[in-house]
Amino acid sequence: MSENLTPDKGTTEPVTPVTRQGKISSRTIEHFVAPLEETPLAAVDNVDETTVSLSLWADAWRNLRKQPLFIISALLILLVVVVAIVPGLFAHVDPTSCTLADSAEGPRSGHPLGFTLQGCDVYSRMIYGTRASLTVGIFTTLGVLIIGGIMGALAGYYGGWLDTILARLADIFFALPLILGAIIINQLPLFRDNKSVWTVVIALVAFGWPQIARITRGAVIENRNADFVMAAKALGLSPFRALMKHVVPNSLAPIIVVASISLGTFIVAEATLSFLGIGLPFSVISWGNDISAAQTQVRNNPSVLLWPAVALSITVLSFIMLGDALRDALDPKARKR
Amino acid sequence: MVMFTFRRFLQLIPVFFGATLLVYFLVFATPGDPIAALSGGKPMAPAVEAALRAQYNLDQPFWVQYGLYLKNLVTLNLGQTFSGQEVSAVIGRAYPVTARLAVMALAFEAIFGVFFGVIAGLRKGKLFDSTVLVASLVVIAVPTFVLGFVLQLVIGVQLGWAKPTVSGTAPWNQLILPALVLGLVSLAYVIRLTRASISENMNADYVRTATAKGLSRRRVVVVHILRNSLIPVVTFLGADLGGLMGGAIVTEGIFNVPGIGNLLYKAILNGETPTVVAVVGMLVIVFVLANLVVDLLYAWLDPRIRYV
Repeated sequence: MSENLTPDKGTTEPVTPVTRQGKISSRTIEHFVAPLEETPLAAVDNVDETTVSLSLWADAWRNLRKQPLFIISALLILLVVVVAIVPGLFAHVDPTSCTLADSAEGPRSGHPLGFTLQGCDVYSRMIYGTRASLTVGIFTTLGVLIIGGIMGALAGYYGGWLDTILARLADIFFALPLILGAIIINQLPLFRDNKSVWTVVIALVAFGWPQIARITRGAVIENRNADFVMAAKALGLSPFRALMKHVVPNSLAPIIVVASISLGTFIVAEATLSFLGIGLPFSVISWGNDISAAQTQVRNNPSVLLWPAVALSITVLSFIMLGDALRDALDPKARKR
Repeated sequence: MVMFTFRRFLQLIPVFFGATLLVYFLVFATPGDPIAALSGGKPMAPAVEAALRAQYNLDQPFWVQYGLYLKNLVTLNLGQTFSGQEVSAVIGRAYPVTARLAVMALAFEAIFGVFFGVIAGLRKGKLFDSTVLVASLVVIAVPTFVLGFVLQLVIGVQLGWAKPTVSGTAPWNQLILPALVLGLVSLAYVIRLTRASISENMNADYVRTATAKGLSRRRVVVVHILRNSLIPVVTFLGADLGGLMGGAIVTEGIFNVPGIGNLLYKAILNGETPTVVAVVGMLVIVFVLANLVVDLLYAWLDPRIRYV
């Protein structure tokens, strides 16, 4: 049969008509409906109606606990937070006691990563630099969440002229890249002369909020006409209370995901600003400052630049991985596929 | 289509005015006197100070100042740097270099990002996909300036494949390495975005239809899946052009590229306010125009958008 199908033979041999035996199923289709006496009514009765069905968060948590990505990133973040709070536990050398005699020396006992050009202990500075980066990251994210969250929620929920104004405002701030905007703010005399962790936080919040505002606005718009919001309003809840009690809690998932990832990018932004010399003051031990100080020596002694960079990258990576894991866990639709 | 273009253009006007106003306000209307900063904080002869104030229109009310600034921005009359050069001439020299750098970085992102993203998206969960995902995460986490130094050290100094720094004329071939560094982080985002978009569209009904009517796999992927998956990627690339210009500050610093980023950075460090405001104004124009192009590309990719 199969050789007849090759066309180059050119034979027009009539294909023997295969009698198609319409397969009428001989199976009897069983509609299984259990007779009443076999229905385990007792089991149905035993279902505990008082147990609360799993909320999105409980469901996400159950899913997260099994994800290696989440476990690794959570442990790393825990480690970073502990290091930031009590750096003395991890490094026993004072990061500010530097002897020029040790300038650019290699590793030796008690100083596993060697010395900087100024003769400071690289390992100790790496450990003590954690606090500045984490403080900037956390407080910038908080500030962005507060400003962007309020702006986005109001714009999305009330719509109309408020939405138009707030959306345009966000567009305006969005037109300047984060780093560029932060540089401009940081070079203002007021900021330049009072450099601290907080000036960096303010500069980053000022140009970082539109992203969260956009995400919040989208999530709120998705939820504002949901049945449960309508029901709450029908039961007499004021629109503002409905926003706070029902819309916002149900819009949190995408906001948390983006916040976690932005925390990483804010830490990078702080390091970039410090690297450019307009971020944290030099008196603050930070990864960005150390990388900046090490750049003149990068060809002779690259490890001095590398270690703070590794610490920085691992911290940022763990926040981004956490965001990725949260995204997977908080989006049940994507998970089923 | 003409109406659509026109309307989008109109919508960008408030963004342009708002962003330039914001920068101008930040630089000139916040506490701390830019003129006092010009003299390094030392006392200045009243006549000199008055002349400088008049030169930068600082003796006028704020709104008049801003209007004059806009007028100067449009007519390219941008004043002088501290060393007495015309700002417009300095920008004119630096702009083509950064434009070359940004275009190369953008092309690098778009081509490799979409290519790897499509392959990873089509093979979701396979080894290639996981490798690309992990690699993109690492690239996102390592800051640009560290990547820049490492690539400069390894490729430029140790291997000697490229010149570690760029010469004054900044020819195309010397800009390859800086463009690579500049585009690398965004490349990772483009890959992830394309991958997510592709794997989302792969099971759509129209893809099944296209396969069912006997189209080749290549045609289904390129014409049907890709075109429908590109919209978020195009948005990102358009918004990224502005980011690239900002990111160029770091990259141009490391590789000593004589471009806008370098110019802006030096101007900021020296407190050359007129240059800063002029350069940032130009960047906002680029960003706004890039957004307009993105909007037009939208309409081309998805004809439904035109009628909205």
